[in-house]
Amino acid sequence: MDENAQLLKIRGLRIEGRTDETWIQIVNGVDLDLKAGEVLGLIGESGAGKSTIGLAAMGFTRDGCRISGGTVEFDGIDLVNADAATKRSLLGKRIAYVAQSAAASFNPAHKILDQHTEAPVQHGVMPRQKSQEDAIELYGKLRLPNPGEIGFRYPHQVSGGQLQRAMTAMAMSCRPDLIIFDEPTTALDVTTQIEVLASIRDIVEQFNTAAVYITHDLAVVAQMADKIKVLLKGDQVEEADTRTMLSNPVEDYTKSLWAVRSFKRNQKQLAAEGSVPVVELRNVTAAYGKVPVLHDVSFSIHSGRTVAVVGESGSGKSTAARCITGLLQPGEGEVLFDGNVLPADYRKRSKDQLRQAQMIYQMADTALNPRKPISEIVGRPVEFYLGLKGAEKRRKVDELMEQIEMEPAQYIHRLPSELSGGQKQRIGIARALAAEPKFIICDEVTSALDQLVAEGILKLLARLQDELDLSYMFITHDLATVRSIADEVVVMKEGRVVEAGPKGEMFTPPHHPYTDLLLSSVPEMDPDWLDSLLERRGIANGGEAERVGV
Amino acid sequence: MGMVGAIVLKRLALGVLTLFVVSLLIFGSVNMLPGDFAQAILGQGATPEAVESIREDLGLNDPAWVRYLGWLGGILTGDFGVSFAQANFLAYAGENADLGGIGSVADQLIPRFKNTLFLAGVSAAIAVPLSLCLGVLAALFANSVYDRAVNIFTLSSISSPEFFLAYILILFLAVLNPVFPSLSNVFADMSFGEKLNRTMLPALTLTLVVTAHMMRMTRAAIVNLMASPYIEMARLKGLNPLRVIVTHALPNALAPIINVVALNLAYLITGVVVVEVVFVYPGIGQLFVDSVKLRDVPVVQACCLIFAAAYILLNLLADVMSILSNPRLRHPK
Repeated sequence: MDENAQLLKIRGLRIEGRTDETWIQIVNGVDLDLKAGEVLGLIGESGAGKSTIGLAAMGFTRDGCRISGGTVEFDGIDLVNADAATKRSLLGKRIAYVAQSAAASFNPAHKILDQHTEAPVQHGVMPRQKSQEDAIELYGKLRLPNPGEIGFRYPHQVSGGQLQRAMTAMAMSCRPDLIIFDEPTTALDVTTQIEVLASIRDIVEQFNTAAVYITHDLAVVAQMADKIKVLLKGDQVEEADTRTMLSNPVEDYTKSLWAVRSFKRNQKQLAAEGSVPVVELRNVTAAYGKVPVLHDVSFSIHSGRTVAVVGESGSGKSTAARCITGLLQPGEGEVLFDGNVLPADYRKRSKDQLRQAQMIYQMADTALNPRKPISEIVGRPVEFYLGLKGAEKRRKVDELMEQIEMEPAQYIHRLPSELSGGQKQRIGIARALAAEPKFIICDEVTSALDQLVAEGILKLLARLQDELDLSYMFITHDLATVRSIADEVVVMKEGRVVEAGPKGEMFTPPHHPYTDLLLSSVPEMDPDWLDSLLERRGIANGGEAERVGV
Repeated sequence: MGMVGAIVLKRLALGVLTLFVVSLLIFGSVNMLPGDFAQAILGQGATPEAVESIREDLGLNDPAWVRYLGWLGGILTGDFGVSFAQANFLAYAGENADLGGIGSVADQLIPRFKNTLFLAGVSAAIAVPLSLCLGVLAALFANSVYDRAVNIFTLSSISSPEFFLAYILILFLAVLNPVFPSLSNVFADMSFGEKLNRTMLPALTLTLVVTAHMMRMTRAAIVNLMASPYIEMARLKGLNPLRVIVTHALPNALAPIINVVALNLAYLITGVVVVEVVFVYPGIGQLFVDSVKLRDVPVVQACCLIFAAAYILLNLLADVMSILSNPRLRHPK
């Protein structure tokens, strides 16, 4: 194909989605151009229509959606009006898709290699045997461990990061001209994300494949894309090449996106030597059944402070929280509250002990009873812990709503489904505050939210802490969040505390090697960040050497 | 595979326990039936003396627990006892030949049970592949005219009484177009082909009865998965829709389908009295009903036990196959 040929051309694309019986426009006239070998980053918050546009570029809409206007042309073929057979002959063969969650997008019933060879065999691109050999070669290029063997496993036998790379290999199986990457690293830990990003970039460069890279993470898109298009609620905001976009955004919305990471509160003084911490874990060891999860974990949280507990998934962050709340009884060690040992089992704790420690959850969607109005969700702990009833209870609920900056009259009669994600999380906060606690565990409270919304939640938590002298245990895997809100940091790995101390110390070298790995893995807005990081880590940029041979 | 083996053993042990409980229930409820064998067989001539003598002969005067233990002990050693009716007939005939050979429950049951299994087998061989195909096609063309037509047809066939379906089939396939015989009295010495020919009408009737359930579960289990990300992925690979369903959705939808198939197979073994009567098919269902009428307790109990065992075994098989259909359990990490 001609190097500068227009590969994908979208003009005035409009897509409608059906809610109940009416069609609502969710993409309002988007244009998009992509040349062969070019990578376009599509960025925006959830609901911006990124994935919908990505799928429409393949001539595909999810059930309940339809293309209501505009054109999508792939290599001169009109995908909006093409019949199903024409589209099928392109999909998988010339346009491939890499989904957000490889774990969910690989069929659990078939071996990885069988799924890899399916498209080439069905499209008649190459016979099964040849495709298998090719897969093993691709696995090697993507730096998967045991490339000769990994394809013979079932998806559940392979880790998330490896599956994501296997899916990229699968997308490459027919050597397509275009790949749509739909948030391929969003579900991964930062350390795994790096490897997948590097692999994807190598292979896309190597085969000169054009790509649409969809993400909500600016720093990630900065590493991957040649040019970036910003979307907001189905409208295109602006488009420019990556470096221009990062250094010189034009529109206010783009600027606000760029500024999100700037929220940072001042780190408080360390608590005075010898003062009694609000919560203290002493040599806690815990297990789920026979599987040990925590090994000799000790840390403490002082009054009015925020302690961020960070680590990859499976490092024991949430398990430590479960020990504090008494949902999981430690095998050894103890949990102290205000210097007194708490009974290990929450059923043996007094109502006051229970009241003092509250939780806010990651998924506000599932943590709020969908059938109860806000007044009851927030009112229930008010009645249960404080014993308030009738007008007093209503007054307290109103007061709480004002604390979380939501107009009581407007919201208390609504159901959770009638609120946005950020508002639901605020209700989660109000419910925790209703018990008038001294200590709140925030379990990944912002990780399901868009950056702008998450920033609002962090600011709210910071303000409440100052007003009410609260202590937070802030569980997160996002170091940007840690940087903005924490006073102290506890780094966990495989159920052990590997490093702990004030935030300032944690973010200045020398680090524990694992902390260093975590910190250096957080993508930065600098488009050269990934290259220089890989260079520093000494990972050979596989593509370079091999491309000579191709 | 060690884990699957352990699960099978555990289920088998549970099955044996269930059978034991069922044996208690059967014995209890059969003994609660009003009237007794002596009354039933003597009819008009039931003088108190005659009744008493028969009851004495058959051990009906022993306490219940003695009779239960005797029965249970017999079953455990493979002896289902002696049919009252046969024993009585031989006694009156004045025959001196030993009763063990002719009058045993096993002798009465086994040929009947074989016939029942044959009918169930033929019906299953038609119904299971048919419903799976219809279900897959209904999922493929979900909400189309075909889908609705199949749904309406199978639902109306399951909603009609069995004897009605049987007579309609007889009308069309035996009377108007004499394709199959309308009487299905098979004998042990018939050739397989002839048996098959005679069994066809009852088998078709049963097919109409069980297809709806299996077909609708197949459709529902597949449609349920059509929104999952790996199905979207398969569609985005440009595979044709039939392949998406058969190789990507069906293997993951097997567990509920297998369970419904097992339930229907058990029904084919235990619930076919009406069809047997209509076609005069010498199966276990007829024997069961006749024995209840006669209060022939050993036969009734043995039939019940066989029905229970069929349910338990088929459900066990379904459980094991559901487990085997799940790659996470077949190939642990």
